[in-house]
Amino acid sequence: MKSISHETLYRSLYRIRRVEEEIARVYPTDKIQSPVHLSIGQEAVSVGVAEALKPQDAVFGTYRSHALYLAKGGDLKKMIAELYGKHTGSNKGKGGSMHLIDVRVGVMGASAIVGTTIPQAVGFALAIRYRGDRDRIAVSFFGDGGVDEGVWHESMNFAALRKLPVIFICENNFYAIHSHERARHARANIVERARAYGMPAERIEGNDVLKIYERARRARQAITAGKSGPIFFECMTYRWRQHVGPGDDYDQGYRTKKELEPWVKNDQLPRIGNLLAPKKRAAIERAVEREIKAAFAYAEKSPFPKVEELFTDVFA
Amino acid sequence: MKERILTYAEAIREAQEQEMARDSSVFMFGMGVDDHIAMWGTTAGLQKRFGASRIFDTPLSEDAMTGVAIGAALAGLRPIHAHIRMDFLLLAMNQIVNIAAKARYMYGGSVNIPAVFRSVIGRSWGQGAQHSQALYSFFMHVPGLKVVIPSTPYDAKGTLIQSIRDNNPVVFIEHRMLHTMKGHVPAKPYTVPFGRARVLKQGSDVTIVGISYMVPESLRAAHLLEDAGIRVEVIDPVTLAPLDMDTILRSVKKTKHLLIADNAWPTCGAGAEIIARIVEYFQKEKLALPKLERLGFAATTCPPSRPLEDRFYPNPRTIAEAAHRLLHGRRPWTAKGEISKEIAEFRGPF
Repeated sequence: MKSISHETLYRSLYRIRRVEEEIARVYPTDKIQSPVHLSIGQEAVSVGVAEALKPQDAVFGTYRSHALYLAKGGDLKKMIAELYGKHTGSNKGKGGSMHLIDVRVGVMGASAIVGTTIPQAVGFALAIRYRGDRDRIAVSFFGDGGVDEGVWHESMNFAALRKLPVIFICENNFYAIHSHERARHARANIVERARAYGMPAERIEGNDVLKIYERARRARQAITAGKSGPIFFECMTYRWRQHVGPGDDYDQGYRTKKELEPWVKNDQLPRIGNLLAPKKRAAIERAVEREIKAAFAYAEKSPFPKVEELFTDVFA
Repeated sequence: MKERILTYAEAIREAQEQEMARDSSVFMFGMGVDDHIAMWGTTAGLQKRFGASRIFDTPLSEDAMTGVAIGAALAGLRPIHAHIRMDFLLLAMNQIVNIAAKARYMYGGSVNIPAVFRSVIGRSWGQGAQHSQALYSFFMHVPGLKVVIPSTPYDAKGTLIQSIRDNNPVVFIEHRMLHTMKGHVPAKPYTVPFGRARVLKQGSDVTIVGISYMVPESLRAAHLLEDAGIRVEVIDPVTLAPLDMDTILRSVKKTKHLLIADNAWPTCGAGAEIIARIVEYFQKEKLALPKLERLGFAATTCPPSRPLEDRFYPNPRTIAEAAHRLLHGRRPWTAKGEISKEIAEFRGPF
């Protein structure tokens, strides 16, 4: 088994956590005047999968995609500038937090409409097959809410029918906004549904970044070796903060702090951090903090788009 | 030069064949594109020539397949997604409106969506409530989409080639009754630019803007009006987004009378948009407002029963009478021309 560098994993997990904590800290200043859906608590899924991918692989995400964007190599400065609505942003200030894109590293976009990017990942995989690219796959990220959408079923079916080079990652954080999976699914059987469409599917418990990485790595290998069509993973995870916004919402009655506790206890950040030599860990953290500071400074001093930009990019 | 006569359906087929031969990134899919009906001939023989990887049938999954087209476009391909009825596009609205139309903009210009969504509209016989709708005004409403609706075989080929080469999402709309109509179509590939209306018949008394199948129906109406000594100018916008208002305004300034013969419901429709822009223009220029009227589907659901269906759609007689009323008020005048040849001759069931 090829083992992943714990330093790499820790750097990515720490970076995402700290970027989002910083976003939450800045948010009350109203410098970010657009919704943010924080990934805090769920970083392990994006990090585990992205570390198993290559730069040429394409990922498609959801409105909660800060973690995916950063894990896949999206530019941090451009991301923060985008949240600030600046011209230097990843989307020139025209997308915002919910639509982060960085084509250079295969972050192919995210949608505010649940389930919407799933077939796009499948279409990208169709194009990979069409062109005969061997060492390239597409990965679709969606939540347990995305599974409710009709397009999920249509996409599963077509991907399996065509045996397309795509990995499906269901980030199951139990909630579609504030509605628990229990209130939406007659049976908690997401992986069974995926299998019914004709693809291998596995549920990965415990937000386990090492396991997620290892499964994704093997899945990519099987697909690029031509030994498998689409492969499905349901990754159990938990959103620590509000559905949208910087705070938490355990006082709102739809969930309890007790429900959160095991996930905090099982936090992957200290788990991987503790595998590192303290000096090494501190060095990583220092470097990340410097990078984050620079990114926010870059966003602060970047210009807003000129008013004429309102009308550019409507058409090619 | 000898004219080369093709049907509208053959012109569409030829546009796709020539573009697929020219550019290996062009491919197409849709329900029934490879069956024996071949979308009424518009895809005939393409799978035999290009193989099943470049033209294929799909599951009945309009939503996902539209997303697949967009994903393939994001990867640099140029998909054509074909629908045998425009009504089915309602199942694809999320992908077309929320992603295809917006991707380039909301992704800060870093991607293009060069996809064509072909769809067929129109009456034939008794298609009823859900096989008759012409929903192009839905798409005109949304920035980022081009809406192309040619009425002649020449324009069908030229605008479809332009649609395929365009780097933006294009909704391309064909009327069933146009498929069998014939006209001159050059053999070589050529493009017809978007946003240029055609004046198909010149006249000085009244302007009729026809849309899709209402173009030939308006030309027939113009012929009927000649008997009453009325000289009609008939305009085909060819594309609704972009919309060539200059040509329409020039004509209306001359004739002072405009009738829109729409192939859809008038309410919030293409005709409503054209008339709104005319009113704005004349008001701004402090000109006397011309006489304006819209004609289109009856404000009801399309029924299959023949006597009801015949009343639902505009026809050369109702178009001619509306134009006559516009010029001469209630002065009694009746025309003939209830049922055009291709409708009378049409046999189903499909």
